[in-house]
Amino acid sequence: MATSLYNIAGSVAASAAGPEAPVPPMPRTIAEVLAQSQVEAVMDELERDLVGLAPVKQRIRDIAALLVIDKLRLGLGLQSGSGQDKPSLHMSFTGNPGTGKTTVAMRMAQILHRLGYVRKGHLVAVTRDDLVGQYIGHTAPKTKEVLKKAMGGVLFIDEAYYLYRPENERDYGQEAIEILLQVMENQRDDLVVILAGYKDRMDTFFKSNPGMSSRIAHHLDFPDYAEGELMQIAERMIAAMNYRFGDGTRDAFAEYLRLRVRQPHFANARSVRNALDRMRLRQASRLFAEPDRVLVADDLTTLTPADILASRLFAAAP
Amino acid sequence: MMTNPTGRITQGQFSFLPELTDDEITAQVEYGLKKGYAWSVEYTDDPHPRNTFWEMFGMPMFDLQDPAGVMMELQACRKTFPSHYIRLMAFDNTRGIESIAMSFIVNRPASEPGFSLVRQESNGRTMRYTVHSYATDAPEARRY
Repeated sequence: MATSLYNIAGSVAASAAGPEAPVPPMPRTIAEVLAQSQVEAVMDELERDLVGLAPVKQRIRDIAALLVIDKLRLGLGLQSGSGQDKPSLHMSFTGNPGTGKTTVAMRMAQILHRLGYVRKGHLVAVTRDDLVGQYIGHTAPKTKEVLKKAMGGVLFIDEAYYLYRPENERDYGQEAIEILLQVMENQRDDLVVILAGYKDRMDTFFKSNPGMSSRIAHHLDFPDYAEGELMQIAERMIAAMNYRFGDGTRDAFAEYLRLRVRQPHFANARSVRNALDRMRLRQASRLFAEPDRVLVADDLTTLTPADILASRLFAAAP
Repeated sequence: MMTNPTGRITQGQFSFLPELTDDEITAQVEYGLKKGYAWSVEYTDDPHPRNTFWEMFGMPMFDLQDPAGVMMELQACRKTFPSHYIRLMAFDNTRGIESIAMSFIVNRPASEPGFSLVRQESNGRTMRYTVHSYATDAPEARRY
């Protein structure tokens, strides 16, 4: 049933594209495939927009390469166009807090759409609450509804380990997992499922759900950022917020990061964002204290070293 | 003879055409989704044209992007009720419309016995007419 479903969907997608653009001839070289899709633009954008994450980028590049080669194989008849030969692209993202799991997942939907793997390219982000019901018989319709919404795109399950609660044997999470597994297996061509969570807890989750682990082809581990990378992230963030570091602020912030990384509960990019937000607060109060001063654009955009040196981290440091 | 010349009932869109293939159904669903309609699946075993109370198979599906979800639900319904009438309906929630914009039958029993015309003599020489479905002579769930 699932295969026939794909056939339908695939042929409709092809015919839908028909009237808008003439069907290009079957590509024979990699360059031709790249010209027809926007793979390279996607890869460049990824490289430009995301700091670090080398292993993740490498894996996305591999997937892109596979999909390009598949297109060439399709042209030579080595590959049937049906869902049978489509590689399974369900993924699990593991890593510490703030390492960019959600950000990459958001991107992933767009990337897979441009590579022609998913038909619509939207992302449906859910957590346990959206999948698991409170009463008997409540879970299956809820999970199915979410799955139906995600068809043609990517289903992103954040904190996926919460789905399975071994301590409560009457928990309905297991039911949601079973429905997920079934759709992940039978309707691979209709949606891509991405599970995300912290490394250790996801490992436990997969250990207790071997079926889930084996149906996920790509286990991507997001590494922690180095201090240099965190600095780059900070610069991109403030640039996006229309601020800039004043004289000496960069060094002060680097020093702040050096101290912060060693503190408990360090959440990588998220901690950087929080630190920047606090700097903005301090800058605002600093300017607020001088009600008669004429403020020019430069005053309003510049973060001074004082804004970061007021942090309690520096107070504690010797 | 007079009510059912082709041996199939004609209700909703496309009902004078040959049976839609899954391919064509998907294309129709896609069209509806592009218009922002919410699809739902309904079934019944009472083919009377004035029977507006078809049973819902699951909830109406809002916020779908792709026909695969609707098709999944339709396949599930066909599996459960292989010889019932099943129809797909598209609800248009645009303010001022707020009603069904598309509706067509996607599954029907192998044989459709059709309807008889029942005449009832009434006051004087008045004659009242009723359309009666042969299928509904059997109790529910044993009709097809």
